[in-house]
Amino acid sequence: MRPSVAEELLRRTFEVRGQDFDKAGETSAEVTAILKDLGIDPDIILRVGVVTFEAEMNVVMYAHEATVTFILTDEEILIDVTDRGPGIPDIGLAMQTGYSTASDEMREMGFGYGLGLPNIKKNSDAFILESEVGKGTTVHSSIRLDSSG
Amino acid sequence: MRLAAIRDLLKCDVLVGGDDLDAELDTAAASDAMSAVLASPRPRALMITGLANIQSVRTAQVAFISAIVYVRDTRPNEAAIALAREKKIVLLATKLGMFECCGILYGQGIKGAT
Repeated sequence: MRPSVAEELLRRTFEVRGQDFDKAGETSAEVTAILKDLGIDPDIILRVGVVTFEAEMNVVMYAHEATVTFILTDEEILIDVTDRGPGIPDIGLAMQTGYSTASDEMREMGFGYGLGLPNIKKNSDAFILESEVGKGTTVHSSIRLDSSG
Repeated sequence: MRLAAIRDLLKCDVLVGGDDLDAELDTAAASDAMSAVLASPRPRALMITGLANIQSVRTAQVAFISAIVYVRDTRPNEAAIALAREKKIVLLATKLGMFECCGILYGQGIKGAT
């Protein structure tokens, strides 16, 4: 899913810290503002926003920290979120709508209902989830610029 | 339906955006779970929620939602209010519960964002 450097039009990286609920969402806000300035289709911006925001919330809730890499090419938008955290023991289970290991405290923040990863997949044209227990998790999402969702 | 009409029907206090109540809305999403709102995002929809922290406004921002009604007499915190002012998202608050709000608005023709 990663393009060659020559195809890249824009690349940005952001750091997200675990447990930082107050700042959660700032990366998605920044990414969508960039896309708006570039005149990208609002439907695409909406999907990128949902993918990035849900991924950020997962980092804030479960991981220690993460790097979000945002790449724009002339064909697609790539969002890679690589965290340092506990990892996911059973990816199949984690992808099930409604399955969650969130605490009540996380749910009080409005997340942790087992909808985040399914929302990311639903809004992606290509989606890969990789995880290693004890090390961390990486979400790769690609949204094509010519897709309507 | 104009936001001003929604304010009157749900007996809302206007917390942010009193000058922006002429906007027309025809769709709403109601949940305390922000991922449920993000699962069916509809630009310019109304969000009905009891979640009072900044994530409610962040969700509205990401999903291009123009207004939030806080139910059960919950009030957004200062950070949420400040972000809503910055992003020009209207914030309303009512003592009514979520079920009542949904019923009233559905009866007036507002559709669900599904």
